[in-house]
Amino acid sequence: MTETNNVLIETVDLRKDFGDLKVLKGINEKIIKGEVVSIIGPSGGGKSTFLRCLNLLEEPTGGQVIFEGNVLDSKSTNLDLHRQKIGMVFQQFNVFPHLSVMDNITLAPVLEKKIPKDQAEKEAMELLRTVGLDDKANEYPRKLSGGQKQRLAIVRAMAMHPDVMLFDEPTSALDPEMVKDVLDVIKKLAESGMTCVIVTHEMGFAREISDRVLFIDDGIIAEEGTPEELFEHPQNPRTKEFLSKVL
Amino acid sequence: MGKGLIEVFLEYWPIFLKGAAGTLQYAFIAVFFGTILGSLVAIGRLSKSRVLHAIIKVYVTVIRGTPLLVQMYIAYYFLPMAFPVMNDIFSKEFTVVLALIINSSAYVSEIIRSGINSVDKGQTEAARSLGLTASHTMTKIIMPQAIKNILPALANEYIAMIKETSLAGTFMMYELMYTRTLLANKYLFWQPLFIIAGIYLIMTVVLSWLIRMMERRFAVSD
Ligand SMILES: Nc1ncnc2c1ncn2[C@@H]1O[C@H](COP(=O)(O)OP(=O)(O)OP(=O)(O)O)[C@@H](O)[C@H]1O
Ligand SMILES: [Mg+2]
Repeated sequence: MTETNNVLIETVDLRKDFGDLKVLKGINEKIIKGEVVSIIGPSGGGKSTFLRCLNLLEEPTGGQVIFEGNVLDSKSTNLDLHRQKIGMVFQQFNVFPHLSVMDNITLAPVLEKKIPKDQAEKEAMELLRTVGLDDKANEYPRKLSGGQKQRLAIVRAMAMHPDVMLFDEPTSALDPEMVKDVLDVIKKLAESGMTCVIVTHEMGFAREISDRVLFIDDGIIAEEGTPEELFEHPQNPRTKEFLSKVL
Repeated sequence: MGKGLIEVFLEYWPIFLKGAAGTLQYAFIAVFFGTILGSLVAIGRLSKSRVLHAIIKVYVTVIRGTPLLVQMYIAYYFLPMAFPVMNDIFSKEFTVVLALIINSSAYVSEIIRSGINSVDKGQTEAARSLGLTASHTMTKIIMPQAIKNILPALANEYIAMIKETSLAGTFMMYELMYTRTLLANKYLFWQPLFIIAGIYLIMTVVLSWLIRMMERRFAVSD
């Protein structure tokens, strides 16, 4: 297989403005199947915006997002179908408070993929077991800790059998003692071959699990490379400056 | 001074009762159909069409920015004049009820809109990122959460309407305030006013109390 066949998500000159503010200034990037890509960079640099453009939660002002060979377009009727294959995990968890843990997971598969309810529940139980939440299946999210909510959010996305998982600072809203549980879940996922794009401030984690690291600053990918290249031998002065502050 | 309050009430209570029933009924019709119409208005407000937004903005601003009594007069005198066919289809009473419904719809549309806006944006984002369609996101994620804010506000709108419908008496419609006109014919001028006020007060206080219970119920299920 050629490299292009393995490209899962490609962005071509991706641009995003908020009014007069130019947040993304032309990003060309290819995410390969099975790759684990971390995105680091200073606050306000456009990391979240970039990630949110990948499933068109943010509509690009210019350029293209190509997912599995399809140009994503907000007017396309297939956008919902493509989004089913792009899991997303948010900093603030965004679990559904009015639904039980079980229903949080089964809602989308049953509604949008027409999976029979009992089958969806069986699979949800298995997923819950992998993250140690099987005893919480009938609880409501208000009874869960932050770390448990985030693990729920992860398996909720997994239940759609996505081809890629996007994480936007999945541990930034957590108490320190809960960070490890969530990182372990993500690590297991990454090791299982899931394509992952992770915006994170956990530099140790990024270095450990990533195949590639992107440094996004001021709306562009200012530097990219293997964790070794980026963390040990940064070339760009801005990368050096950023790393000196956070490491 | 003449007769006392209790004496008048005991003598004419069926009239007051009928008036109170009329009030509750007109308020209910206004809010019920106002909610249906108001929901449509709110849906239009959520759509992406700029033209629709502009029309709705004008509608809501005009209805909320002018007195209900003026709206009633327009519905009662002007509409049948402008559209004579209305005389054949609808009673005069209907025109006043129509004004109540339209008035209520403007307030209800804002109640629904702010109820929907009160749901965290992250809920929509999570739902859409799972691949839920826009309509499933609305019906399965947003509305079930918004309803906790919408229902108590709708009940408050019903209370407001109970008071507003007193204007319908101006058009000879049998609601609580109209009993004043009826009893004035019997040379009872001040007693009915206090009895009417008392009945309004009982209705609104009891309903407010019920709403507080409902809100507390919702708060527990959060
Ligand atoms: N919806 C929006 N409307 C207006 N401005 C926005 C919006 N979302 C983001 N921005 C602005 O875009 C810039 C980039 O934001 P973004 O959230 O992508 O940064 P980030 O790299 O994720 O930062 P952080 O590390 O703080 O999360 C910021 O200046 C932010 O204020
Ligand atoms: Mg961010």
